[in-house]
Amino acid sequence: MLLVSVADRDRDAFAALFAHFAPRVKSYMLRLGSDDSQAEELAQEALVSVWRKADRYDPSRAAASTWIFTIARNLRIDAYRRRNHPEPDPDDPALVPEAPPSADAVVERKQDAERIRAALEELPEEQREVVRLSFFDDKTHTEISEALDIPLGTVKSRIRLAFGRIRNLLEDEA
Amino acid sequence: MTIHHHPDEEILVRYAAGELAEALSLLVATHIAMCPACRSKVRAAEAIGGALVQDASPVAMSADALDSVLARVEVSAEPEPVKAPLPSGARPILPEPLRSYAGSDLDGLDWRRLGRGAYHIPLVADRGAPTARLLRIPAGRPVPEHGHNGLELTMVLQGSFVDGGERFAAGDVETADADLEHQPVAEPGQDCICLAVTDAPLRFRGPIARLAQPFIGI
Repeated sequence: MLLVSVADRDRDAFAALFAHFAPRVKSYMLRLGSDDSQAEELAQEALVSVWRKADRYDPSRAAASTWIFTIARNLRIDAYRRRNHPEPDPDDPALVPEAPPSADAVVERKQDAERIRAALEELPEEQREVVRLSFFDDKTHTEISEALDIPLGTVKSRIRLAFGRIRNLLEDEA
Repeated sequence: MTIHHHPDEEILVRYAAGELAEALSLLVATHIAMCPACRSKVRAAEAIGGALVQDASPVAMSADALDSVLARVEVSAEPEPVKAPLPSGARPILPEPLRSYAGSDLDGLDWRRLGRGAYHIPLVADRGAPTARLLRIPAGRPVPEHGHNGLELTMVLQGSFVDGGERFAAGDVETADADLEHQPVAEPGQDCICLAVTDAPLRFRGPIARLAQPFIGI
């Protein structure tokens, strides 16, 4: 696991991680409306955070790509809206816990990213399109229904089907 | 704790995508701290975000990007976020991140009078954006009667209320849209404490509440 080596301050591992993720995070920022220099700066900042927070990454909870996505998402919110993305605190005694993942699940989790991508690719194009629009184009379900000229209920049911499928995939392992 | 009323799936997905206003994000974050089922839906949506980033076509970084990042990581450490102090002893009633927004758990809050025995504390109040506040409704009493121009989400933190024949207890979220003229009533026994988020100012119906509205700014 590259991120585990990064947590040990391994610069070669970090360089490999950077080469893979920085250009993809930049692409995500561009897609959401940043100009080239903003996207470059946000991608660099995201990777700075990845280095600094690598020791807090828990591979049993999320794939590396998911964790890096949440870092990039939060930086974008900070940068553009000058506000935080409120999140639960995993160490909070008031947090109601889920059942702990089994040892098998921890082993399986590494493959999550691959399996989720495969599952996304298997979705019908109409579902995939709605998922992409809701993540990458900052659109509400009402706006998606207007853009695609389909009823709001259809947008909601496509989202529900797509997410239900991904969730089943994650929960089968847990 | 059994939670019966959850936020709409669209709200969870938009939270995961980072597209909700702060007040709504605060409500979702607080709900998922208390609701493992919705937390797992948010985690699934974030995993989709991760897969979409993984699949994004790479765009070349500037030539000195890696050196610049390595230079920056040497300079300063990540500051630890500031958290509200933990109450000693019992498990807190307000989960994070709500407890930090409020500044303390329930026993240390500075409530402001709202009329008819009700109190509130504004938490997020950006002009023109959705607002979030804590509400305290005395046991057995109604929330001041109101309709609203937009979406309103109300999450129960302690006690319970009944509205339109349905019961809402700790962790439950009631979603009301502009068409709904509703009348939540706190159940007897314990004051009902809620996190209320509206994306348009409330229109209170009672004459006193309507007069007071310009002054209390809700």
